Amino acid sequence: MLLQIQGSDFIMNKISGAQLIVKCLKKEGVEVIFGYPGGAVIPLYDALYESDIRHILVRHEQGAAHAADGYARATGKTGVCMATSGPGGTNLVTGIANAQMDSIPIVAITGQVRTNLIGTDAFQEADITGITAPITKQNYLVKDIRDLPQVIREAFLIASTGRPGPVLVDIPVDITTDLIDENFKMDIRLPGYKPTLKGNLKQIKEAVKKIAKSKKPVIFAGGGVILSGASDELRKFVRISGIPVINSLMGMGSFPETDPLSLSMAGMHGTKYANLAFTETDLIVAVGVRFDDRITGKLSEFAPEAEIIHIDIDPAEIGKNIKAMIPIVGDAKTVLADLKSEYEKYIEKKGKPDRSDWLSRIKKLKEDNPLKYDKDSDGVKPAYIMEKIYELTKGDAIICTEVGQNQMWAAQFYKFTRPRTLITSGGLGTMGYGLPASIGAKTGMPDKIVMDIAGDGSIQMVSQELATAVANKINIKIMLLNNGYLGMVRQWQELFWNKRYSNTSIDGSVDFVKLIEAYGGTGLRVTKKDEIEGAIKKALEIDTVVLVDFWIDKEENVYPMVAPGASIDDMLDCI
Amino acid sequence: MSHIISVLVENKSGVLAKISGLFSRRGFNIESLAVGPTEDEKISRITMEVEAEEHSLEQIIKQLYKLVNVIKIKELDPRNIVERELVLIKVNADSKTRPEILEIVSIFRANIVDVGKNTLVIEITGSKSKVKALEDLLKPFGILELVRTGKIACTRGSKY
Repeated sequence: MLLQIQGSDFIMNKISGAQLIVKCLKKEGVEVIFGYPGGAVIPLYDALYESDIRHILVRHEQGAAHAADGYARATGKTGVCMATSGPGGTNLVTGIANAQMDSIPIVAITGQVRTNLIGTDAFQEADITGITAPITKQNYLVKDIRDLPQVIREAFLIASTGRPGPVLVDIPVDITTDLIDENFKMDIRLPGYKPTLKGNLKQIKEAVKKIAKSKKPVIFAGGGVILSGASDELRKFVRISGIPVINSLMGMGSFPETDPLSLSMAGMHGTKYANLAFTETDLIVAVGVRFDDRITGKLSEFAPEAEIIHIDIDPAEIGKNIKAMIPIVGDAKTVLADLKSEYEKYIEKKGKPDRSDWLSRIKKLKEDNPLKYDKDSDGVKPAYIMEKIYELTKGDAIICTEVGQNQMWAAQFYKFTRPRTLITSGGLGTMGYGLPASIGAKTGMPDKIVMDIAGDGSIQMVSQELATAVANKINIKIMLLNNGYLGMVRQWQELFWNKRYSNTSIDGSVDFVKLIEAYGGTGLRVTKKDEIEGAIKKALEIDTVVLVDFWIDKEENVYPMVAPGASIDDMLDCI
Repeated sequence: MSHIISVLVENKSGVLAKISGLFSRRGFNIESLAVGPTEDEKISRITMEVEAEEHSLEQIIKQLYKLVNVIKIKELDPRNIVERELVLIKVNADSKTRPEILEIVSIFRANIVDVGKNTLVIEITGSKSKVKALEDLLKPFGILELVRTGKIACTRGSKY
């Protein structure tokens, strides 16, 4: 609604702050907002009422933040979530921290109490910019309606460029009801924000020389490759250099696991051959990774023979955990393209290095140390379920996960071949991430099969979001690996705490089939091995939200496993 | 080892909180901190003394740069700067001790900025060691209050 205010000799169109915000969001190309209304955002919701931006009403604000995050990971666009002041904002906190740890571009818009009440402990007041300062890339408290357009522009710019991350914009309710001239002016001024995109060519040439001379190199590709859209560049570089690729959890899908040069995931539950390759390699070409402790194990024994070329858009990641021989600050996409063309030039002149010994060693490591589980067992094995899901979706699904054993089985036994197909909480390790993230992913990619590989512990942290999925016909498929335990903690208790299962049994908490039916979705139960395939097929055929309750072997463990604090080549294995 | 870093930031509310928060959550220590607007009122300068090893200092600087409101960071070379700290010291002084204190103050080229019945407030500007020396000399009289601004510094000559 436009208010026309008559001046003495001109007419000015005035709109409310809330209308201005919606206008700015439209300008940013926002198609969908995940959110939950409340007192301080009623004007904003009123403006949304007449907008064509889709709003998905979640059942808890944490779900909104995770859904925006899942949407961003699946589509590559910036996800948007919205909540009211006080508890609305604080409920977003886990989701924002999750996005920060995995560098996911989301913009969170929160309502705040009236400007004149800020600092008075007013009803539903929380200092959300103070609270989220450590877990956002940037945040704003808007104190003047005239700042709104530029703050929103900056928020989207900062969230989506450089190393992406969450940005929070806190807007007092009176700012959203104030009026402003519709034809606002904008003045973007970010003197302290200049991400480096292009890698230093001298460093790249140094790297090329090192790579060409290396006898046993590996590429270590992480989430940065996916965020930067550099999977094609990575493949092209691998094609000409013939270097094997190890992924971090966040990097899964950046290089096809079906490729003979893929060593899949390294780390605590990585493949044995990836971890052994790290131990034997003489050069790691690291791209968009941060050498997290779950990857390196005991840091002093990690990759003892290796020199490191570290490519990252964030200079603070280089040298943070591990010393880099050749640091290259830049965007993975441009750096990998430059690396490829420089490498081509180099080998044209000096010839291709012969690494047949190393490649046959890699081949042997893979043959000798495959991922294992008891295939002959009659039990319902999660690894088998993941293999079947891969087979029946032809590897073309978007796989979201919760956190814990379910996450590791998904990472190990589904073969990821394309970027943005594994959506998982890598850094923060947020149980309850997968269900709302899959809602976000499916919203952004409605034509794809979107699955949530869940555990019975994780899903109960957010099960209210089943209502969001059903009510909005967001037909995700939940594959619930139900073992009646907080499985990963139980596994640690079994292996390192003398089987003292303190507070990890949650058996019989709820009948999940009845639960999904209560929300209006479809529930299927699998208690025998020979029911697995049929249930997955049926779940894919039925055009509703489906939850398949797999009663998996209760004490099935995730193997291989590096004990906490051990060196990564020291792996426990099954059988 | 102690380092002096000079940080130019956008003069906006909340920026100082973001910087001090970053130090505490990353486990770095600030020894002293002084902040105020520069010749350009949109920009403030924060001068910090931090205790850190070379590797940590590099991390501190990189992490500071990640804050969107941070414009420029410079580590100042102690051999090439003028540094000052202003300290106010309230000390016990009765008619018997006052002459002795005044003598010390004059030797240090400090100033008396307040005279009370039983107290003096002394203002001193200078390096840490100078302030420390004065403090030691005044201690026997009874220091009631000591307030310091934190160190500020400026590079010598025409370069920044």
